[in-house]
Amino acid sequence: MLRDITLGQYYQTESVIHRLDPRVKLAGTLLYIISLFLFENIAGYILAALFLALVIGLSHVPFKFMVRGMKAIMFLLLITVVFNLFLTPGETLVRLWKLTITREGLHNAVFMALRLCYLIIGSSIMTLTTTPNHLTDGMEKGLRPLKFFKVPVHEVAMIMSIALRFIPILLEETDKIMKAQIARGADFESGNLVKRAKAMVPLLVPLFISAFRRANDLAMAMEARCYHGGEGRTKMKPLVYRRRDRLAYLCILLYLTCKVAVGVLL
Amino acid sequence: MALTVDHVSYIYDPDDPLSHKALDDISLTIPEGQFIGVIGHTGSGKSTLMQHLNGLVKATSGHIYFNGRDIDARDYDKKELRSKVGLVFQYPEHQLFEVDVFSDVCFGPKNLGLDREEAERRAGEALDRVGLPRELYDQSPFELSGGQKRRVAIAGVLAMQPEILILDEPTAGLDPKGRREILDQIKLLQAQTHMTILLVSHSMDDVAEYVDRIIVMNGGRILYDDIPRRIFRRYRELEKIGLGAPQVTYILHTLRESGLPVDTDITTIQEAADSILQAINTSPS
Repeated sequence: MLRDITLGQYYQTESVIHRLDPRVKLAGTLLYIISLFLFENIAGYILAALFLALVIGLSHVPFKFMVRGMKAIMFLLLITVVFNLFLTPGETLVRLWKLTITREGLHNAVFMALRLCYLIIGSSIMTLTTTPNHLTDGMEKGLRPLKFFKVPVHEVAMIMSIALRFIPILLEETDKIMKAQIARGADFESGNLVKRAKAMVPLLVPLFISAFRRANDLAMAMEARCYHGGEGRTKMKPLVYRRRDRLAYLCILLYLTCKVAVGVLL
Repeated sequence: MALTVDHVSYIYDPDDPLSHKALDDISLTIPEGQFIGVIGHTGSGKSTLMQHLNGLVKATSGHIYFNGRDIDARDYDKKELRSKVGLVFQYPEHQLFEVDVFSDVCFGPKNLGLDREEAERRAGEALDRVGLPRELYDQSPFELSGGQKRRVAIAGVLAMQPEILILDEPTAGLDPKGRREILDQIKLLQAQTHMTILLVSHSMDDVAEYVDRIIVMNGGRILYDDIPRRIFRRYRELEKIGLGAPQVTYILHTLRESGLPVDTDITTIQEAADSILQAINTSPS
C-alpha cells in the first residue's frame, strides 16, 4: 500500500561521484546553487548545463531518476512560470484578453524555470549518489567549525540520521497498522474530509505509541552502549579527503571561475 | 461455506527484475469447521497468503473463492468479506487505540454498521470468549499486561463474528505460560463455536496438540498439507527446511529406537504419556 513511496532516494551504483567525500558533494552543491544565481546570461546558463551534464554522466545514475525529482516541484514550477510570464511589466509581446505577456516577462519566466530545474537536478544528484548516513556524516564533519559558536553539530547530525533511519520503519509500521484496522472494518478511503480525518485516529494513535516505544528502546540501547554525546567519540570509517576529492574541488573551482568570467566578460 | 484458493501466485513489485515470488502457485481448500495449522519460516509466504484470504492483498495471478464467489470480482463487497474472514495480525496489541478496552472491541462491529446495542452485545460476548475478566473492561488497553492486551486484540476481531478466524502467530513474544493460555483459549473457542480457525506459526509445538490439519509452507509453496501425524512422520525432511517436529515426536522416536514399542505417530503429550506407560507395562523385560 505504502510501498510506492520512496524516501531517501539513494540510487545504488558504482561511480566516481558516489565515491566522493560527502563534504565535497555538499559544498559542491551549495556552490553550484549559488553560481546559478550569480549572473544572468545565456552563455552562463549553457556553462551551468554543461557542468551539470558532465556530473550526471559521471554519476551513472539514469537521467529519468533526476526527472522523477522534478515531478514533485512541477506545480511550483508552473506557478513561477505563469506569474513571471503575465505579471512582469515591460514591453508588450502578446495580449490575450486582459493578460499581457511582456518581453521581460518571457525572459524572466524562461530563466527562472531553467534555474529551478538546474537547482533541483543539481541537488538531487547529491541525494541520489550519497546515502543518507553518509550525508549526515559529511554535514557533521563539514559543520564542525560551528561548534565554536556553541552549535550542537553532533547532536543535530545524530538526530538527522536517527530520523532518516526511522522513516522506512515507521512507513512499514503504518502499513501494518492500516492493514490490521482495515481487517477490523476500518475505512480510510471514503467519506468527506471530517470523516476521513476521524478515520485516521485508529491509525495515528497506535503509530504514535509505537514511535514512542521505539524511541524509548533506542534510547535504552544507546545508553547501554555508553553513548554520551559527540565528545571523544571516534568513527569506524572516518572521512578523509583523497586525491579524487581534491580534484573534484578543483573542478568545482574551475567551473566557478569560468562562470564568473563568462558573467563579467559577456 | 468454504474458502478455496486456486493457483494463486503473488509477486512483490512485478516491475523489479530482482523480486521473487512470495507465493508460487498455491492451491488449497479450507472447509467449514476445520482447525488448521499453517507452519513455515519467516519469509515462507504464510503471512502473505493469510492477507490474501481476506482481500487485503490482491493475488498477482489466480483466484480465491469464498462460498463459491471470486473475492476479486469487481462487485464483491470487501468489507463484508473482512467481517466473514477475520484476520488477527502478528502483535495485534499494536493496533489498540481506544480509551478503554470495551470501546476498542466495539470498533469492529461498529464498522459493520451495527447499532450500539448490538455492537456492545457482541463485544461483551467476544471478551468473554477470550477469557478477559469483566473488571478490566473500563481500563485503558495500554495499562494491561502483554497477554491481556493480546486477548483484547483477538476479541476485537472476534466481535465481528467471522466465520473463519485467522490468527497470525498469536503467541509471538509471549512467555510459555502466556502461550499456553492463549492456545488453550483458542482451542476452547474452536470446541465451543466450531469456527474454522487457521493458526499460523513457526513452531510445531504450538500447533501439534491442537489442530486437525497442518499446512507446511516453504519458499512460497505448499510443501505438505496433511493431518498432523502424517506430517510428523517426515520429521527428517522438515528438519532440512529448519522446522522439525514437536518434542514429543523426537522422544517417541528415540524410545522406539532403544527398543520400547511406542506409537511414534502420536502428537499430543497426554497420548504420548499413555503410550509410554502401556509400552512399559506390556513389554516383557
